Amino acid sequence: MFKALFDAKTLISCSVLLALLLLLPQFLPRFYIYLFALMFAIALLATSLNLVLGFGGMYQFHHAVFYGFGAYAFALFVTKSGLPLWIGYVIAPFCSAALGLVMGLITVRLHQLYFGMLQISLGSLVWAITYRWYSFTGGDDGIHGIPLPDLVGSSTGAYYFNLIVVVTCLLLMYMIVNSPFGRIFQGIRDNPERCQAVGVNVQKQQLTGQVLAAFFAGVAGTLFVTVEGSVFPDLMFWTLSLEILIMCLLGGWFIFLGPALGAAIIISLRTFAGIYTEYWTLILGIVLMLLIFFLPEGVLGLFLKKADPAAKREG
Amino acid sequence: MEFSATVTFSALMQQVLVGLSRTTILFIVASGLSLVLGVLRIPNVAHGSLYMTGAFVTYTVATLFGQSTLGFWLALIVAPLVVALLSFIAERGLFCHLYEREHMMLLLFTFAFSLVIGDLVKLVWGSDYRSLVAPVFLQGSFSISGFPFPRYNLFLLVIGPLVAAGLWFLTNKTKIGKIARAAAVDREMVGAIGINVSWVFAAVFVIGCYLAGLGGALVAPTQNITQGMDHAIIIEAFLIVIIGGLGNIWGALLGALIFGLTDSIGILLWPQFAIVFPYVAVVTVLLFRPQGLLKSTW
Repeated sequence: MFKALFDAKTLISCSVLLALLLLLPQFLPRFYIYLFALMFAIALLATSLNLVLGFGGMYQFHHAVFYGFGAYAFALFVTKSGLPLWIGYVIAPFCSAALGLVMGLITVRLHQLYFGMLQISLGSLVWAITYRWYSFTGGDDGIHGIPLPDLVGSSTGAYYFNLIVVVTCLLLMYMIVNSPFGRIFQGIRDNPERCQAVGVNVQKQQLTGQVLAAFFAGVAGTLFVTVEGSVFPDLMFWTLSLEILIMCLLGGWFIFLGPALGAAIIISLRTFAGIYTEYWTLILGIVLMLLIFFLPEGVLGLFLKKADPAAKREG
Repeated sequence: MEFSATVTFSALMQQVLVGLSRTTILFIVASGLSLVLGVLRIPNVAHGSLYMTGAFVTYTVATLFGQSTLGFWLALIVAPLVVALLSFIAERGLFCHLYEREHMMLLLFTFAFSLVIGDLVKLVWGSDYRSLVAPVFLQGSFSISGFPFPRYNLFLLVIGPLVAAGLWFLTNKTKIGKIARAAAVDREMVGAIGINVSWVFAAVFVIGCYLAGLGGALVAPTQNITQGMDHAIIIEAFLIVIIGGLGNIWGALLGALIFGLTDSIGILLWPQFAIVFPYVAVVTVLLFRPQGLLKSTW
């Protein structure tokens, strides 16, 4: 099966990368281990957005709400239920997927900008409730100091746990993209009218994509809690959604691993530029403007084009 | 989490008046956004940042004159013009090269622009909040059926219709307004009959951003001027534009009314979740009329 999905070159480079990441914690100081673990979570989040954005052509303006919802579902499960931890890890993504289903049922009837704006208003509704419901969600403070066992709570534990989960999820998503569903999805992106004409139920496919993307965003949310041990309403705020959109754009949204690279770049930029200046968003803004002017296919897009001029856009 | 059962009539009237003055600010900001969205098709996320800039410039100009009455009027005139100038430079320098890009790119580009403005504002004014007092004759409050009603809010209630009338005049009675409306429907046709569409777009963009600055200037004496006020307003303005109908100025007015009133009356009904009411209203409207209440120009 893997032979059908990957060519030899990709398989080798991905294995080397994975081996490197597995060895990395032996050499790195603790802060970098934490940073990488966070990066894995955000990389998964960006890739899950790209599932509907880059491969489905949907204007997913408020993806962060699924991420935050998953994180909150997990945090509330851990702090309030008293049931084993792993159940929380399983349930939280399904909560996000359920939210994706409900919001999707309402939003997929609309196109493009209207779809995106309705999604933002529904998402803001979820955010507003979370922000104000002090007795349940902790309101604008959020929930801090979520107790996790050392197996996943320690920095090395979180690193390996996140790495394994993210690699699994990326493989799953890669298989989804290359499945018949994924092909139809990309067909809808390129020409929705024609897909409709040949008998594809466009809205149903988009709804399915929406639920899948929400599910993986929920997984990313649980991973964030694993790293940080806390949740707060900003996880669902719309500015975060635009930040993830930027990650996809930066890495290149026609390439599967582009958004993950974009996430790594943004997280590093924020961390290291943040050490020297409090105006790191100024740098980000300027970089992004230059990018849109000169590099609309993203960093990885440019790189792949340089490496292989005949490469197709889908990579 | 309890509904206050004793909502008196005068308390309700007072909240309606407060809601209406909030509506004025929302309408002024949202109509500018709607203009830009309707004619140029740019979902300008930086609109909120320009609003914030307007508020900070108002503070600075008014403070230069010791927050006197003269200073206030001067600030009310100067601040929106500063914002308009800034947007003119941005339009000619950046945006006019990007009109052909897809909406997603434009959205992200304006978001980048808003990040830059946000940090520039932080550079110039620092991260502390500022506050500005209204001029003496607008301080204090009237008594309306036994309840105090701030004079400044009444002032806003006068300004709102004036701006609406001005916008109506601009779009319906002036040449540039008519050209802009035509360009919103079919920009190639307008270009084909020999009109420089690029400059029409520049003018519309500047007018839209002027309105953002005006909104910021007007809101300055009513609240703390802080970092983050851009994020708060822009999402509201976008939702107002969407429920009103893209590019429709009366839609913006209707949307602002819905948003402002549900917010202020929500405070009366259920203070803890007042913030939720406008979003519920928006979702309800979009469920039944996904393209907005009034006809959009798209």
